[in-house]
Amino acid sequence: MTKIIEVNGVSKSYGGVKANTDISIEVEKGGITGLIGPNGSGKTTLFNSIVGYHPIDSGSIKFEGQEISKKPVQDIARLGLLRTFQQTRIYGDMNCVENMLISMPHRKMTIREAFTTNTRADHDRAEHLLDFVGLYEKRFLRSGSLSFGQQKLLEFAMALMNEPTVLLLDEPTAGINPTLINGLIDRLKRANSEFGITLFIIEHNMRVIMNMADRIYCLAHGELLAAGSPTEIQGDQRVVDAYLGAH
Amino acid sequence: MTILRPIFYLALLAFIIAAPFIAPDFRTQLATLWIFIILSMTWDMTGGQMGYNSLGNILFYGAGMYIAAVVGISIAYNVGEYTNAAGGGIYKFTDTQYFLGMALGLIAAGVLCAGIAWVLGYLLFGLRGPYFAIGTLGAAIAAGELVSNWEWVGGGQGIALPVFPGDDYENAKLFFYYLFAVTGVVLFIFLRWFYTTRFAAAINAIRDDEEKAEAMGLHTLRYKLITWSIAAFFVGIAGGISGYQLIHFEPLETAFQTINLGIFMVVCVLLGGKGTLWGPIIGAILFHVVKEVTWNYLLGWQWVALGALIVITVVYFQDGLMGWLARVKPEWFGERVTEKPALAGEPAE
Repeated sequence: MTKIIEVNGVSKSYGGVKANTDISIEVEKGGITGLIGPNGSGKTTLFNSIVGYHPIDSGSIKFEGQEISKKPVQDIARLGLLRTFQQTRIYGDMNCVENMLISMPHRKMTIREAFTTNTRADHDRAEHLLDFVGLYEKRFLRSGSLSFGQQKLLEFAMALMNEPTVLLLDEPTAGINPTLINGLIDRLKRANSEFGITLFIIEHNMRVIMNMADRIYCLAHGELLAAGSPTEIQGDQRVVDAYLGAH
Repeated sequence: MTILRPIFYLALLAFIIAAPFIAPDFRTQLATLWIFIILSMTWDMTGGQMGYNSLGNILFYGAGMYIAAVVGISIAYNVGEYTNAAGGGIYKFTDTQYFLGMALGLIAAGVLCAGIAWVLGYLLFGLRGPYFAIGTLGAAIAAGELVSNWEWVGGGQGIALPVFPGDDYENAKLFFYYLFAVTGVVLFIFLRWFYTTRFAAAINAIRDDEEKAEAMGLHTLRYKLITWSIAAFFVGIAGGISGYQLIHFEPLETAFQTINLGIFMVVCVLLGGKGTLWGPIIGAILFHVVKEVTWNYLLGWQWVALGALIVITVVYFQDGLMGWLARVKPEWFGERVTEKPALAGEPAE
């Protein structure tokens, strides 16, 4: 397995708060990697560092062997490294199909192609993916009128529409009805196996992440606490202590 | 519905062609209406569709006026001597010089204004929301002041262009009406197609959530520059035609008229409904009618009435006519729940 994302000794602080200290992780191509940790442990900060939302203080971040820690957000997204947001971000005034069509991979498009109308195949693909996440019936509704959970599903479908190489998901199951979570796990796994998208997932729901990930990293207080397979992480006393507050 | 549409457009086109003969006394008014329509439609490209409220689009109108005039003069005379009020020279233009100069001038106005928008966009598109509005307003005011101190183009005196050839000025009125109408119709046809493209979807994405659009890998800056440049191209041409129509214009009140036309185009779009194809057109017609009626029947109070209209629109009626329709009749705009037909190869939930 090759490493698609290599994070090496990354530190990031906001004023006096050290959000990330000397973090090194690796994401394997084609796999599902998990990132867990109690609230405030620096998971989202690490995500933001990887996708270029803020400059890092030190360390290096490589995507497919290329240094990306100095690149702006759009450039990184155009390499095929995409993220979803913890607070879902969709285009609320448009309907679901329009949201999907906007998410066409513009990085693979020339200006000439941008000045064309979407083809029947594009519409079919959008509807197919909406069906894939279970939003087919609501595809012509204003997306802002959907429930938070449905908006999350829409955002996930939009990310798939963009044909990313790697997808960073920030708490994909938060706010989703527990009965829908099993369906979502299944869809995430299928996105990984059928579409070949490498997944890197922040998740609080232990059942979900233990079910999916090949490898899990655990952060606590901005530092890397443990890494290993789901079974190793579950058996790690430091991880249990971090979650239950033994510090 | 599908049969009605071409009939509607043909009837509309016939009306546009016949309008100056139906109302021969209003030829110049109708030409002015086209300016409002063109400026509103182009303002909506960035303001309504892309979420960048420019208060400085009038800059392209003024620049277009000056560029078209300077190019038109320069094919026959030295611009510096021509504009020198103290020179006292008399300059005659042959018909060929007049029309060739105007044609070249309008092309130059469009192209150069697009270029100005591109350069200005690089500087200003880093600003968001109200900062962009103030930044563009500042650029337009500054441009007016710069030009009014530039003696080569006549300074504060402005430029007096040659008069339309022939003795019957009705011909000139018709000519300028149709010139504006052609520009407006071409712009409408262009936008009708433009708003169906992937490119337009991308600028809508920038309007609704630019950060998300960036995170999805859209070329946001490039798309913003192209959109504003296209808008500036048409505004520049409209400004150029206006210059020839007015014959004489000066920088602050006519060309770079920030507080009149510069604001009116925004109000037209708000009144009609921004982010729609028809909203700016309907708004421009309404606004122009209200403006002329108050000028006729409320003389002395016309600016108060116009100010009141602007305040009421901005405070109570921001979505405009089309936005209001979309709210009360969402099903007219395609919002619906649909039953799911079984898609091939997809297991049902």
